Amino acid sequence: MAKAKQSAWLKVSAWVTYLFLYLPLVIVVVFSFNDSKLNAEWVGFTTRWYSQLFANEKMLTAAGNSLLIALAASFLSTVLGTLAGMALHKYKVPFLSFLVLTPIAIPELLTGVSLVIFFVLVNQILGILELGLFTILLSHVAFCIGFVAIVVKARMQGMDESLVEAARDLGATPFQAFRLVTLPVIRPGIIAGALMAFTLSIDDFVITFFTAGAGASTLPLEIYSMIKIAVTPEVNAVSSLLMLLTLVLIVIASRVSPGALRAND
Amino acid sequence: MKNRLGKWLLSWPPLLYLVLFFLIPTAIMFVAAFRFPGDYGGLAPMYYYEEGKLIWDLTLENFTRLVEEPIYFELFAKSAWYAALTTLICLVMAYPLSWLIARSAKKYRDLLLLLVILPFWSNFLIRIYAWMIILGPQSAFTRAVNWVWTGMGGEPVQLLFTPFAVIVGMVYVHLPFMVLPLYANLEKHDLSLLSAAQDLGANAWQRFWRITWPLSLPGVFAGSALVFIPALGMFAIPDILGGTDSIMIGNLIKQQILDTRDWPFGAVLSIMLTAGVLAIAMLGALIARKGVKRG
Repeated sequence: MAKAKQSAWLKVSAWVTYLFLYLPLVIVVVFSFNDSKLNAEWVGFTTRWYSQLFANEKMLTAAGNSLLIALAASFLSTVLGTLAGMALHKYKVPFLSFLVLTPIAIPELLTGVSLVIFFVLVNQILGILELGLFTILLSHVAFCIGFVAIVVKARMQGMDESLVEAARDLGATPFQAFRLVTLPVIRPGIIAGALMAFTLSIDDFVITFFTAGAGASTLPLEIYSMIKIAVTPEVNAVSSLLMLLTLVLIVIASRVSPGALRAND
Repeated sequence: MKNRLGKWLLSWPPLLYLVLFFLIPTAIMFVAAFRFPGDYGGLAPMYYYEEGKLIWDLTLENFTRLVEEPIYFELFAKSAWYAALTTLICLVMAYPLSWLIARSAKKYRDLLLLLVILPFWSNFLIRIYAWMIILGPQSAFTRAVNWVWTGMGGEPVQLLFTPFAVIVGMVYVHLPFMVLPLYANLEKHDLSLLSAAQDLGANAWQRFWRITWPLSLPGVFAGSALVFIPALGMFAIPDILGGTDSIMIGNLIKQQILDTRDWPFGAVLSIMLTAGVLAIAMLGALIARKGVKRG
């Protein structure tokens, strides 16, 4: 009897927490279809915020920039992160593991501060790396490598090493053994890492905010300036679309590699 | 020999990249703390030549400024307090949920856990923006709160742009970081301990306080570190949801680096923040190691 009461109380608190997690996002989506400039009361259904959004040149450019940077950043950080993950699994490289893990552990703000100082100084001295899309890309790769490395390393730990030895015994070169044995086994980890890097990059606000400079804009930066100036349902529309994109990516991830989602925690 | 080559081939590309775009920038930031600010913001030259002699132009002024004016210490203390409060609320909210997920049927666990992480994958700004709507002056929630509050005889209150909004936003954004390690810990508990305690006459509270809670401490500490560290260095949430009275150390750093462009002082503040984060991380690691030894 007491036990039933206790678990009922637990269940209620758990549902309240789920509500706390989801209600805000539901509200954003619902108000993106609301025919009122204020995010206060339901007035009527409209899709005009979406059509306004697709006519907003600045927003579209920013979205294009975000997509471009996210694709490039996820590609580069997947290559570098996979190498790092394999190195960390196979050999003892404490310095590398320090370099890979620290950017993940410290607040993003600190990475942003040190990178903007670095880029501006390099630009003053060498005349290269002016703040803009390219510096955003370099910064994103720097913090995505660690996430990819962790996922790939976790995947390698579950791998049967004797497979590689068997391949080598049967005359495979190290590269063949990698391509034909190791790679297929760790592929889900690599894909999961790439998707993670893509989401991290396309979502990043803090580091981008510091390293973007005056001219370049990404979707989060554009959303930020919209929020700061005036809250309009156009922000709800772009938010809803971004949520949809994330959801699609997650579904793809779970299809491509069912273990990928669990590798993230 | 071959092993060495493999290690080198795998390690050097990521190593080079991270030295270039993480280690060197961090080192530069540390040095910047000892330099003078430039005339038009940024950094003044580190050295100059006088009569052919090299003279270093470095200072400790940026550090003494930090000590001399109590406002900075107060801001650090306030940020630590906000981060601690956020951590505590996250813990209170996450514990029952993690416990329930860990005790639910195996086939539902992954789904229930996924439902906790899913909002975390939507854009960070969107999650904060959602609270701008909920806490905004015209929202149903604010009106309901004020209806109750004025009914009790109070003056109407503002929710958005207050410390309250900052804490709500920080809890919302960091909650999954608390749930995951807690769940990972609670899931491994040996339930026979609890039934043994029950057979021996322990009530529900005793069973929790004497068995579940002590066993869950590694998860509690891991989750707390994962929430406290990013919360301490937060700048976007106070920037968007907070007012002038709810800024944190992150906002001051952002202001020094991007607006005032007093880089040396911004670097000093960043170093202090780094030191705080490192202290917390080391404390966490120490406690975790002790826990392992005891276990």
